[in-house]
Amino acid sequence: MRLLDACRSRVSAIFLRSRTHDEMEQELRAHIQHRADDLEKTGISRAEAERQARVEFGGYEHFKEECHEQSGANVVDSLTHDLRYASRVLRKSPGFTMVAIMTLALGIGANAVVFSILNALVLRPVNVPQAQNLYVIQPASTGSSTESYPDYLDIRDRNRSFTAIAGYEMAPAGLNSDGTPAQIWLYEATGNYFDVLGVQPYLGRFFHASDEHGANSAPYLVLSYGYWKSHFFGNANVVGRRVRLNRFTYTVLGVAPPGFRGSELFFSPDIWAPLVDEQQVEGGSDLTSRGARGMWLVGNLKGGITPSQASADLNDLAASLAKEHPEDDAGMRLKLSRPGLLGDMLGGPVRAFVTGLMLLSALVLLAACANLGSLFAARAGDRGREVALRLALGSSRGRILRQLLTEAVLVSLGGSALGIVGAVALLRVISAWQPVPDIPINVPVNPDLRTYLAALVLALVSGLIFGLVPARQVLKADPYQGMKMGSQTGARSERISLRDILLALEIAVCAVLVTASLVAVRGMVRSLHSNFGFVPIHAMQVCTDVDMGGHHGEDAAILQRRILEAVKGIPGVSAAGYTNRVPLNLGWSDNTVFKDSATDYKISNAAADAMEYNVSPGYLGAAETTLIAGRDLTWNDTKDAPRVAVVNQEFARRLFGSEANAIGSHFKIWNGVRVLVIGVVEDGKYKTLSEDPQPAMFLSILQSPSSETFLIVRSDRGTAEITAALERNLRALNTGLPFSISTWSRELNTALFSARAASMALGVLGVLGAMLAITGIFGLAAYSVSKRLRELGIRIALGAKRREVLSAALGRVIRLLAAGSAVGLVLGLAATKLLSFIVYQASPRDPAVLGGVIFCMTLVGLMAAWIPAQRALGADPLVLLREE
Amino acid sequence: MTDQAQILPGTLDLLILRAVSLGPLHGYGILLRIAQISGNALMIEQGALYPGLYRLVRQGLLRTSWGTSENNRRAKYYELTVSGRKRLQQETDDWNRLVAAMTTALSVRPEEA
Repeated sequence: MRLLDACRSRVSAIFLRSRTHDEMEQELRAHIQHRADDLEKTGISRAEAERQARVEFGGYEHFKEECHEQSGANVVDSLTHDLRYASRVLRKSPGFTMVAIMTLALGIGANAVVFSILNALVLRPVNVPQAQNLYVIQPASTGSSTESYPDYLDIRDRNRSFTAIAGYEMAPAGLNSDGTPAQIWLYEATGNYFDVLGVQPYLGRFFHASDEHGANSAPYLVLSYGYWKSHFFGNANVVGRRVRLNRFTYTVLGVAPPGFRGSELFFSPDIWAPLVDEQQVEGGSDLTSRGARGMWLVGNLKGGITPSQASADLNDLAASLAKEHPEDDAGMRLKLSRPGLLGDMLGGPVRAFVTGLMLLSALVLLAACANLGSLFAARAGDRGREVALRLALGSSRGRILRQLLTEAVLVSLGGSALGIVGAVALLRVISAWQPVPDIPINVPVNPDLRTYLAALVLALVSGLIFGLVPARQVLKADPYQGMKMGSQTGARSERISLRDILLALEIAVCAVLVTASLVAVRGMVRSLHSNFGFVPIHAMQVCTDVDMGGHHGEDAAILQRRILEAVKGIPGVSAAGYTNRVPLNLGWSDNTVFKDSATDYKISNAAADAMEYNVSPGYLGAAETTLIAGRDLTWNDTKDAPRVAVVNQEFARRLFGSEANAIGSHFKIWNGVRVLVIGVVEDGKYKTLSEDPQPAMFLSILQSPSSETFLIVRSDRGTAEITAALERNLRALNTGLPFSISTWSRELNTALFSARAASMALGVLGVLGAMLAITGIFGLAAYSVSKRLRELGIRIALGAKRREVLSAALGRVIRLLAAGSAVGLVLGLAATKLLSFIVYQASPRDPAVLGGVIFCMTLVGLMAAWIPAQRALGADPLVLLREE
Repeated sequence: MTDQAQILPGTLDLLILRAVSLGPLHGYGILLRIAQISGNALMIEQGALYPGLYRLVRQGLLRTSWGTSENNRRAKYYELTVSGRKRLQQETDDWNRLVAAMTTALSVRPEEA
């Protein structure tokens, strides 16, 4: 019972805290009144009696605090007391509080956003059970992360480290479930795919290894949950239904569970189909070619095997494959990487960039803390009198310190709450964003518990950091001096104070951010104005795959020509042509080429690895790829004519030494087929904007047929007008093919996506940095002017010139700004080497960037110091002297 | 007030318990009572009384209630609980034993040792 009572009194002590506090106040006052009553009886006045009673009572605050402690006040208890007091103090200076909260909201918000992205892309594994055992198996050296199907089979069957290895590719196809074919995106996966990932179907069943019996043997598909909901309206009878995939009949086996997006983080497929059906799905198959590396491998590590043991095992296997198949696998090396971002292809740069971004946003927070630290220090200085008074009344220094810390933490919690709200809104937008038109790519970065925890920890830590800045001031405060001199104490000390260091640090951090973002923006502007090797403006892209209509071979070529002629006939179309691949789109093909003298077609004998485009006559004209020498392909370069190609300048240099030698020379493609060079075109960008010059060849699509068709249509008519005309004319052809029509510029967003996203992120951080620098400088300048207003007034009265007044008032701030900016600029330039991985042409040694940073920081300084400077110049000695 | 003695550390609680044992009192009243029963010989700093009171309340030796004082002011009254009374008895005994022992020890003359 006693224990229960004790608990109850303890609990009620916490909740009835404010009542206890009021009662204590009343009780002590009553004591003083009673004493004063007695003293009054001795014949002195009431006022004198009360004064004397208070003196006799002793240190009021001190005893009150001791009473709190003795009555069992615990940490929670005094914390609520501190919180009430802190919120009262903060409410008293709303301007200060608002600036502080906004500053922190920016810092915490930026960190919450970046952390969420880091969490989604780097920390959080792919959404499958036991994701920690999953590894991507990929080539160790080359830029790509993919393997060929024959190599996959060997690796799958002969390794000793994985319980199972699955393979997959991503591709578009035409799916017809209700009469009209529509383009969908799918995973083509090996039979064991779902078993390796360890997922269970939501409805029906998945396909398994036992369903595969050679090419096109498994006409089954699995719907994603989202596609099932949107296209089959969640109908459970869908299992067993027959649909047409590119005019082949497939059976729906089942539906994947909600939230399962397959083995990649950013790709959300509509369906999964067995990889053995590749020929039917893609219209062509390279499952038998050991050199055609197009599939990603993901495996389940056996228990007890470390990743390094596994990669040793895989490399033994690679060495024997290299011996067995020297023509394709010579020099093969394998390694492991984390799943979710196409192996190291995206994973490497994305992880590096997001980590870099996290560092930069941590710098933003650090700058915000430095900013708030100096604000709080300035305020603690102003409150010197209050602190001195409380010390004199018997408050302990520890208590006052705790009080100041509580204020800081309260501000930081308020700021982070606001920051989180903003961050969540921004993250929703990012999650819903689909950067590439027509392809189901997006990155769900919605915040989870980890994000909120991280934000809370950051808020508390930063609150403590900037809250502790004024600690020294409080600890060395001398109540006597404080009372005597009020808030003027120590306002003029010539040595460098902690506040100065903080401001210089903050300015340096901000200059780093500004430098980084200027480098990124500059790179972005350059990349937009660089030469792509084609002109996307005023060009439309019509994408289809004639194979989806079931056209093959000659039939396909005739259909493609028919489509082209129909499009050319549209009024306003100045040029048109088609190709199987478009430069800077997501997919590309490259192939090894050999010198004419080569006789042994091993990879090691290759002269170059060239981008390959199978194009129609007129494509180069429609793309406005400049022909430098020779002629374009013609309709006479048919199957029966000698093989011909147009190559780019880089190709000509690599194979023939010079552009002049190229025309009329031969080179060899796979299997030793001789190809005659008939023309040379300018170099362009093919895979990414930041690539080095790549050799490229444009082969005649009549001689190397392809069902994939990208029609490039050049026209000066408005986009809406030409789109409508294209739709009308293509429908009139009655081909039964799905067409997707968009402008080339829009399609190009894909290639520019990473650079754009990176520049945007860096730009935002730069703006944040500049804003923090402004508030920081403004804070210190305003503070130092207000401290010295009287002195400045006297200087003006004594005839000081404007320049002298300004240098007296703001000289120190300006010196700090200059020093901080210089340090930040140097650090920023050093850091931009990191940026050049992602941002195209991010060169730190660029006079525009250097000038831009100096200009920005000067502007920041001017903006921040303008109001304090006006105030300093307007100081009126008479008014000021009267005030004191 | 000059011949007042500082109270010994630890004796404040006992004094308070003793003062209150004679009837409920408010804080100032306790001070007056201590002065009265000690013949004005013991000096307690006024504010220092309260932490002691709160400590005793927390230990369950005193209980409180609000009432109106003789000066017609609202005041908080303290009185002994059952365990407070027991504690007073016990501490008084302890004190007496201590005093007796101290007195004996201090009254011994050198030649008797």
